[in-house]
Amino acid sequence: MSALQRMGAVAAKELRQLSRDRVTFGMVVMIPLIQLLMFGFAINTMVRNIPVGVVDLSDSAAARVITEQVRVTQVVEIVDQYNTPAEAEEAIVAGRIRAALVLPRDLPQRLAGGATAGQWMVDGSDTVVGSALLGLRNMPLQLTAGTPQGAYTQPAPSFEIALFFNPERRSEVNIVPGLTAIILTMTMILFTSVALVREHERGNMELLITTPIRPLELMLGKLLPYVFVGLIQISIILGLGRLVFNVPFQGATVDLVIVTLAFIGASLSLGLMISTIAKTQMEAMQMTIFILLPSILLSGFMFPYDAMPRLAQYIAEVLPATHFMRLIRGVYLRGAHADQMLTDLLWLLAFTAIMLTIATKRFHKSLD
Amino acid sequence: MTELAIQTRGLSKRFGDLVAVNSLDLDIPRGQIYGFLGPNGSGKTTAIRMLCGLLTPSAGDISVLGMQIPHDAEKLRLRIGYMTQKFSLYDDLTVSENMRFMANIYGLGKSAGRDRVDELLNRYSLQPMRDRLAHDMSGGQRQRLALAIATLHRPDLLILDEPTSAVDPENRRDFWEKLFDLIDEGTTVLVSTHYMDEAERCHQLAVLETGYLRQSGPPQQLMDDLAGRVLEVNGPDLRNVKDRVLQIPDVQSAAQQGLHLRVLFAASGPRGDAAIISLKDTLTSAELTITEGKPSLEDVFVACTNGENHS
Repeated sequence: MSALQRMGAVAAKELRQLSRDRVTFGMVVMIPLIQLLMFGFAINTMVRNIPVGVVDLSDSAAARVITEQVRVTQVVEIVDQYNTPAEAEEAIVAGRIRAALVLPRDLPQRLAGGATAGQWMVDGSDTVVGSALLGLRNMPLQLTAGTPQGAYTQPAPSFEIALFFNPERRSEVNIVPGLTAIILTMTMILFTSVALVREHERGNMELLITTPIRPLELMLGKLLPYVFVGLIQISIILGLGRLVFNVPFQGATVDLVIVTLAFIGASLSLGLMISTIAKTQMEAMQMTIFILLPSILLSGFMFPYDAMPRLAQYIAEVLPATHFMRLIRGVYLRGAHADQMLTDLLWLLAFTAIMLTIATKRFHKSLD
Repeated sequence: MTELAIQTRGLSKRFGDLVAVNSLDLDIPRGQIYGFLGPNGSGKTTAIRMLCGLLTPSAGDISVLGMQIPHDAEKLRLRIGYMTQKFSLYDDLTVSENMRFMANIYGLGKSAGRDRVDELLNRYSLQPMRDRLAHDMSGGQRQRLALAIATLHRPDLLILDEPTSAVDPENRRDFWEKLFDLIDEGTTVLVSTHYMDEAERCHQLAVLETGYLRQSGPPQQLMDDLAGRVLEVNGPDLRNVKDRVLQIPDVQSAAQQGLHLRVLFAASGPRGDAAIISLKDTLTSAELTITEGKPSLEDVFVACTNGENHS
């Protein structure tokens, strides 16, 4: 009974301090808000309007038709014309354009003979831009305005593809739920990693450890208020994601709450563990960033997990964010139930238990 | 129940090469104010932290309220109150929030806790500032709050580490009155200080220096033991006189106090009239008068710490 009373006292105290700390309190709301709008609008894997140039050596009507057809794909935006391929190459090096279309002098003859019409010179240093332009390689050309539609036949595709869950292939649909994993990783670990260190730095700990409070009571009491903070944040992200980016929620609320709580628990206990290692708040923040970077890069938020090399997959597998990334996308976008994704869920729960145990064992009620 | 609140034998603490506390033997009786007097770095805080079970001793035995420390440290927590040297309550909580938090931590029931907090707010004149943040209080008010919280759970033993270092003399006086009230209720108080006037108020005193226990006993007895070793020289040009006095091998220290020079003779040297004669032999000037002085606690402190800080 008194254990609950002590835990409640710590939680109430923590909540009160949080509500008086304007900077932290602002972070609770502003981080998800700003990040969501930033990432939601900025990250777009559908590439459009790449600046390119045209080198037309043939000066023919066919060349003008081809140029116009390339323009209307909207993949590229023709920003300049060059007289020689060398000039175009220089513009690529200088970064004024990302690619150039070279149409050779014998273009009409090539077209008549059915040979390759021209060449794209592409800045391959950005793979996303590169692959978008590679898509233009097989684009069908309608050469003369007078050609009847029937005369031109496109070969039938080998396969038909049914795109589930996100038929328009909008990147926001993938990014918004994934963003919850990143933002929760950031804020949850950050808030708790400084929790114990701050009390040490301010001298509160010397008094606290002369009281009858037990380490686990202190730990859980400190975590509790941030569980609610986490739930508020995820509501902001998913709510706005629906309003602003029209990301549809396919799953059940109860599944969403279960997987979110599991992830919040894992992140908070990881933060507490850091707090028992770090000696200053500065150190705690540095360690948080050490966790945050791989969480952003390896969790599947930026790059698909399946495309990563084996070693990176092993590292990703350790991070709670990777498992939550799968869970939240599953529950939110594919309407999966928590019990269909039990492995990831159990992994998060086990992670929480392990981290809490380590943190509690590492925390001694002494100044040695 | 033993007569002693605290007993230590051979208590030592080493931090690497530094010996912070060296083979300390203490016998601290119940129901009294026991003082640790010593300069900064004399091992007062380290000794106190070991007694509270916050630091593990490198060697020696500790018994506090009949419990073996650090083994029984967790049981001891409910029976001691500890006031840290640095203010250790929450700056961003109000007076009553801090008190209610600690009342819950000590497991006081809801209504019992509220009554106790109210009682202490009145007792330590904190009622008018109960809703003020600890951050906005003066040194004296913070000290009263810290004392109120250290006594929340009615501990048998109160350990105070330099409680009045940030407090003006008037508040210090009030603070000590509160301590005597607690003694009256049967509490034992252990307090560390480097103020002589505070040390003088203690029932018993231990003088610590560089980790060693130099002297212990009631302040009056410690001063009486010095009778005859303290002389006062009155006259002109005392700065010059001091230099000459310090040439005498038997003189342990000399320090000017206002219009006279206080000379302390070593324990092995002459006492009383013999000391006056010894001093007159060196200071032949007729303008100087030499009388025997009343030993003060500062003299005690200087006598047992070799006067390193005062000569």
